[in-house]
Formats: sequence, C-alpha cells, structure tokens
Amino acid sequence: MSKIEVKHVFKVFAEQPAQTLALLRQGKRKAEILAQTGVNVGLSDVSLRIEEGEIFVIMGLSGSGKSTLVRHFNRLIDPSAGEILIDGEDILRYDERQLLSLRRHKISMVFQSFGLMPHQTVLENAAYALTTRGVARQAAQEAARGWLAKVGLAGYENKYPDELSGGMRQRVGLARALAADTDILLMDEAFSALDPLIRTEMQDQLLQLQSGLRKTIVFITHDLDEALRIGNRIAILKDGELVQVGSPDDILNRPADQYVRRFVEKRASQQAAMPLQ
Amino acid sequence: MSNGIFISFSFADAINNFVTWVVREYGDLFHQVTVLLLTYLLVPLEQGLLALPPLAVLFAVAVIGYAGTRNRTLTLTMVAGLYLIGCLGLWDKLMQTLALMAVSTLLTIAIGVPLGILMSRSRRLRWCLVPVLDVMQTLPTFVYLIPVLMLFGLGKVPAVFATVIYALPPLVRLTDLGIRQVDGDLLEAARSFGTTHWQLLFGVQLPLARPSIMAGVNQSIMMALAMVVIASMIGSRGLGEDVLAGINNMDMGRGMQSGLAIVILAIVIDRISQAYGQDGRLKKSLRLKKTAGAKA
Repeated sequence: MSKIEVKHVFKVFAEQPAQTLALLRQGKRKAEILAQTGVNVGLSDVSLRIEEGEIFVIMGLSGSGKSTLVRHFNRLIDPSAGEILIDGEDILRYDERQLLSLRRHKISMVFQSFGLMPHQTVLENAAYALTTRGVARQAAQEAARGWLAKVGLAGYENKYPDELSGGMRQRVGLARALAADTDILLMDEAFSALDPLIRTEMQDQLLQLQSGLRKTIVFITHDLDEALRIGNRIAILKDGELVQVGSPDDILNRPADQYVRRFVEKRASQQAAMPLQ
Repeated sequence: MSNGIFISFSFADAINNFVTWVVREYGDLFHQVTVLLLTYLLVPLEQGLLALPPLAVLFAVAVIGYAGTRNRTLTLTMVAGLYLIGCLGLWDKLMQTLALMAVSTLLTIAIGVPLGILMSRSRRLRWCLVPVLDVMQTLPTFVYLIPVLMLFGLGKVPAVFATVIYALPPLVRLTDLGIRQVDGDLLEAARSFGTTHWQLLFGVQLPLARPSIMAGVNQSIMMALAMVVIASMIGSRGLGEDVLAGINNMDMGRGMQSGLAIVILAIVIDRISQAYGQDGRLKKSLRLKKTAGAKA
C-alpha cells in the first residue's frame, strides 16, 4: 500500500466546476479553458503514488499547480474531483474531527513563507503543533527544545521570529514540523526563499535528518538541482498536468517530453558555464 | 396641503406608537436593568472611588501610567494634571465621571469585541451591520436620548446606554479590521497543524489583532468622554454637570474649568490606554534602540 495515493484529481477554481471539468475530460488544456471560459485550472487529472519513507519531489514552474497539489494532501484545498488516499483511507470522506486528527497526528507542513507566529517565541513556535494537539506545555516545550537543538538553533529559544535570519526562521519551521512527529512531512518550496549557500546547507541537513527518521517527505520545488539532489523520485508538473514521474536518473537520461528536456539542458549548460562547481 | 412633487407621508406617529408600546410592555424589564446596573456596578464603583483617599488614586495612576508608558515625564505630567483638577475643587466630580466612563467602556468592550469577531467571520453580518454602525455614529445623540430616557428614566443608566451606542462603532469596526488583516499565510500554517476555530481565534487572530482592537478601545473611550456633557443633561452627575451649569448661568469661568478637567482626564486615559495597546516587546526594542542611539 502506498503512503499517499492520488487518483485522477482535478482542481478548477470556479463556483460551478462541472462545466470546466467536462471540458478538461474532453482533453482541453489549461490555457484554452482560461481563454474560453475565464476559469483557472489548478490540476488536471493528476494521479500518483508516494511510497513510505521516500523523498518525493514535485517540481514545476510557478503556476504549474505544485503548491495546489501539495495542499490537497492535508486538505488545505479540496479537489473538484478525484480521490486522495492516505494509508489507504480516503481523506475526502473525513469529517471535521477526523480531518483535525489527520493534521495533528499524521501530516505536518513547512511553508515557503515560514508561517511562524510573530507574537510567540522560537520555542513556543516550535512547540506549536504539540500544544495545539493538547500536549502539556512543559512536555511540548521539552520536545521542541530537543528539535531546535537538532536543527542547530540551541540558544535561540527565547528569541522572536523577527529577530532571526531567513535561514534560521525556516529551521524553526522545520523544527515545528518535526516536533509534531508525523509520518508525513510536506515541504512547500521550503528552501526557495533562502540564499544559495544556506539552501545547500539546509538540503544537507534535511538529508541527514531523513537518514535517521525515514519519514515520507513530499518536497515542492521549482529548482531541478534541488530536486535531483534530494529526491528519491521526482514528479514534474506543467500547467496542472503531470508530465513525468521517475527517478533522478530517469529525468536526466530519459526525459518524457520536450518540456522536461529543456529543464535538463538548461541545467547542463549552467554547469558547463560554471566548471568549478 | 400641496407638497409640490413630493408625496407626503410621515412615520413620526409610527415611531411614537412603537416607543410608547415598548415602554408600556417592557417598561418593568428596563426598570429592572436600571436597578441592576445601579446597585451592582455604578453605585458601588462610584462609592468606592469616592471613598479612596485622593493620594491613593494619584499614586495608582502614577504606577499604572509608568508601567505602561515607561516615561517618567509623561507620568509626572499626568499626575500633576489630575492634582490640578483636585485643586479646582472638582475631585469628587472627577471620580463620578471616571466611574461612568469605566462602566460605559466595560459595556462597550463586552458588546463591541464579540460583535467585531462575528462581523469578521460573516460577510452577510458585515453587510447588515455596517449601515447600522454608520447610523449609530452619525445619528444626532438627542434623537435616541429621548427614547433611552423614556425606557431607563433619568440619571446615570440612560447616560451609560447613550454612551455605549455612541462609542460602540469604532471598536466593532477596528476589531473586525484587525482580525481580517491577520496574514493569510499564518492562518494557513495554523490550520495545517490541526488548529480548531477557537484555538485559531484565541491563539492567533486575537493576539495579532490586539493593536487594532486596543486602538478601537482607545477611540471608544475618547468618544465616551465626549458624551460627558450630554450625559449630565439627563441628570448624571460629574464633570459635565459643571460645564452645563456654566452654560446655564453664563458663568464662563466655571464652565472652562470643568471643561479643562475633562480634557485632562481624556489625555490621561488616552495615553495610558494607548501605552497598553502597543506590543510590549516592540516598545522595549524601540527603547533599547533609542538608548543605543543616544550612546553612539
């Protein structure tokens, strides 16, 4: 059984999605539908399986629907059609209580914009998931302290987010998600706002943490280098459609179409221009 | 009688009948509300404030003021201002006005903040409430003072209700605005960890809306103070009384003195309530920056 299974998921941003869905099923593309009806298509017939313990990267340019897709996994966004199974359970059938439990115990998330509470200290932020689910303050902060130390933020517990650099803020975001101790970790462009050096450092740290944790990580990025570096498997999205799913080797050596090939060639030419790297 | 192009009608009678009906049917109920408010809130508070030695009140203002503003000069000025009111022989009236302000503000907050929260959550409610708030803010006070008088009788209680009606709109608006201005990314992050609606409200939305809500409280208090003179017209005692007496007797000096006392009270309450509205940490960092700048 796959950890996460996405079956024929469609997302259109419209009050009445039925008509647009029909158009999509006839094989119309995102651009055509936007021109014809003014409706924005987020995802079109996306199906994929994410296995337990892997780092699954979803890659695409902005507007490709990658952030929309990842928000379906904890139902921050609900699909217009399709099914999403986590551990074999259809999470779209969940009621309010089950959904809360899913978000509290099974899936945590790291955000591009960090999403830290400005009125809480680093320690309170890191403990947020635990205090939210009702863990006693003392125990929650003890656990959070441990995770902050693991991401290299020991000694910053009583600072506030606005006193930290971008890289440090995202470490807090990571510690908050890890402290929740969930099977699944969603990372939405988690490192995209950081400068290149810090970014590589964070990638290394994530890989190192993952070697001990074996979580199921869904990692969103627009950067092929990042995808190749940390992904066990990579899915490429374009205009809301899945173009290719495969290992880094598949993507590099057997690109599914012209779109993927251009990504790979652009990377090759960049590397040629910078032989030192 | 011809009225030109205008179709003649009047709803004055309908309103009159309605008010008479309410007074007849629910007069007892309103009377009970009056008695309750007087016996449990207004009178004890006023008696308590009057029983306190003025020195204790001045000292309390100094402590609260300094804790909030951390500014020695400002605190001293505020205490000196209040002392001056005492010198003018208006101390007891000051306490009476303070009691009235406190009760009105308490009621305004108790109604305004929850209403603002509800308004931020429902577009339909906002659609209904905004015009009502506009009316409350712009309708001349005397228009609703008369029905309030008929319902609650003369004295402090109608003054409190008239004040609440007048002071409520800014608080409701600013609470609504403060909550709606909370960053959507933060709400999404909170929701992704399984935050319930109540946890979201008390843990994220209200703390982050605090500066806006406190600005609303501050505005409400200022508007309530503007009602002091009108309140004394319907028989509530306090500083407004002297202003009124000054006008009636052409005694400009007396009117000016108590007018000045109202202004001093307004400044004191404004500075203190503003100080508590700011984020404590922000204030501290600003102060550190200032001292660091002075050293450099």
